[in-house]
Amino acid sequence: MKTLFALARLTLTELYRRKDFYVLFILTAVVTLAAGSVNFFNDEKIIRYVKDLCLLLIWISTLLISVVTAARQIPAECEARTIFSLLAKPVTRGQVLLGKFLGCWLAVGLALLMFYAFFAIVTGSHEHRWPLGGYLQAIWLQWVMLGIVIAMSLLGSIHFAAPSSTSTICFVLVAGIVVVGPHLNTIALQQPQPLQTIAYTVYFLIPHLEWFDVRDRLVYGWASPAWQDIALASVYGAAYAGVFLLLAWLGFRRKSLNPG
Amino acid sequence: MNASPRLFLALVLTICVTLATSLAPRATAWSSRVQSDTVLGMLFGDGRKLFASQFFTMADVYFHSGYYPGIFDRKGKEIHIEEATHDSAGGEAEEMGDFRGPPRDWIEAFGRRFLISEHRHLQHGDEREILPWLKLAADLDPQMIDTYTVGSYWLRQHLRQPLQAEAFLREGLRNNPDSYEILFELGRLYEENLEDPDRARNVWELALRRWQQQPPEAQKENRLGYEEITLHLARLEEKAGNWADALRWLQAAQTMSPAPENLQRQIDALREKLADPASKLLP
Repeated sequence: MKTLFALARLTLTELYRRKDFYVLFILTAVVTLAAGSVNFFNDEKIIRYVKDLCLLLIWISTLLISVVTAARQIPAECEARTIFSLLAKPVTRGQVLLGKFLGCWLAVGLALLMFYAFFAIVTGSHEHRWPLGGYLQAIWLQWVMLGIVIAMSLLGSIHFAAPSSTSTICFVLVAGIVVVGPHLNTIALQQPQPLQTIAYTVYFLIPHLEWFDVRDRLVYGWASPAWQDIALASVYGAAYAGVFLLLAWLGFRRKSLNPG
Repeated sequence: MNASPRLFLALVLTICVTLATSLAPRATAWSSRVQSDTVLGMLFGDGRKLFASQFFTMADVYFHSGYYPGIFDRKGKEIHIEEATHDSAGGEAEEMGDFRGPPRDWIEAFGRRFLISEHRHLQHGDEREILPWLKLAADLDPQMIDTYTVGSYWLRQHLRQPLQAEAFLREGLRNNPDSYEILFELGRLYEENLEDPDRARNVWELALRRWQQQPPEAQKENRLGYEEITLHLARLEEKAGNWADALRWLQAAQTMSPAPENLQRQIDALREKLADPASKLLP
């Protein structure tokens, strides 16, 4: 466990040094504040569109940070040949992978906290309401979802040649899962065989990331989902992240660590 | 020719600036595109109209507090903020059923626990939340008339902002000077909210003229518009005690009404009033 946290701390330090988070945070803040400053019909109480926009930017930004950070972890270590000095210590490849995952996940968790703190300040100053329970649920669910995405990116980084291709493929996959994934069963029923079976199989195989998106509940002021549902979704997310990490480990075990 | 490169560069720059200043106004005149003075207009060009209807739908999504069918859902999209502006809807949008139907599998069933699954309309002043989308839709497509009439309806009826509604309608009228719909809505604003029957009358009469200036095919399609304008004029004249004018407008409305027998009863009642000399003294 100590080894894992030592490796995770390295990844955390890397994110702290890189400028990705700062740029995205400032961009989100500027766009949100600019949108919030627009006057519509002299009504200062209008806020939902700002919440909508801010949450969308938070989703995009954290997704970007997760995918890009996770995709370059192993290739960067191999490229710089630091992986050899790392593995020369009493550390297994599995621990390296888990440490990288943990570091990325914790780093994204910190970024999420910063983003949501900004969101809470902006909306709370307008609405004078602080639904902290709802915010905590949204943060947790998004964090679990990002855990799946990070594991998926790590798996991709083992198999694809460059971090850029891993990032692109992961973005396309995540976007596809979020937009089309929930409706694949509807689409499947309209297809002839064997396309129907294939589409339905894909529907059952993919991780349903849309479950972790409770932005609408925050924007429209609906009650939060039940805690037992959140617990079940967390178990589901952990299972998928576990599967992706296991597949990544199986690939990483046999992978040649020489660059190129 | 031993000219210095700097001098040559300065000469070329001078020529460029001179040409630019003389050609810019001409180039603007060559272009048939309407010049946009908004940021969105400059960003999207004519393609902005594609986004306008999407933003108009977003206003409806907000009105239903996020409970709204998507392209994959069983029931298609129906705009309810627009329906609510017509008298026939009684000022309330019709209820939206469960457009998702029963879940097909456990994934869908569990996923619905995180989705919005109840239907709730915005109320108690929260209707203001639809306004940014309507304003954006109007900026993106200034020729989309429903945006102005719907925006005005919510501003004047639910948010008690008749002056903002008037400004929005005036903006719409500047962009669509021939629109009888905007003039009709403006008349309603003067009559129902600003209590200015004289301006309402003038605006509705102008709306009627605009309606009559439409091509015959358009008139055939927009019979409801004619009926609404003439009926409102009839009510206005009746309130003012001008029964002869009220009768004239009711008879005009009857020619376009899908239920003329209902209007006949009102016409008969007015005729009785006109025939009774005592009632002529009443305002």
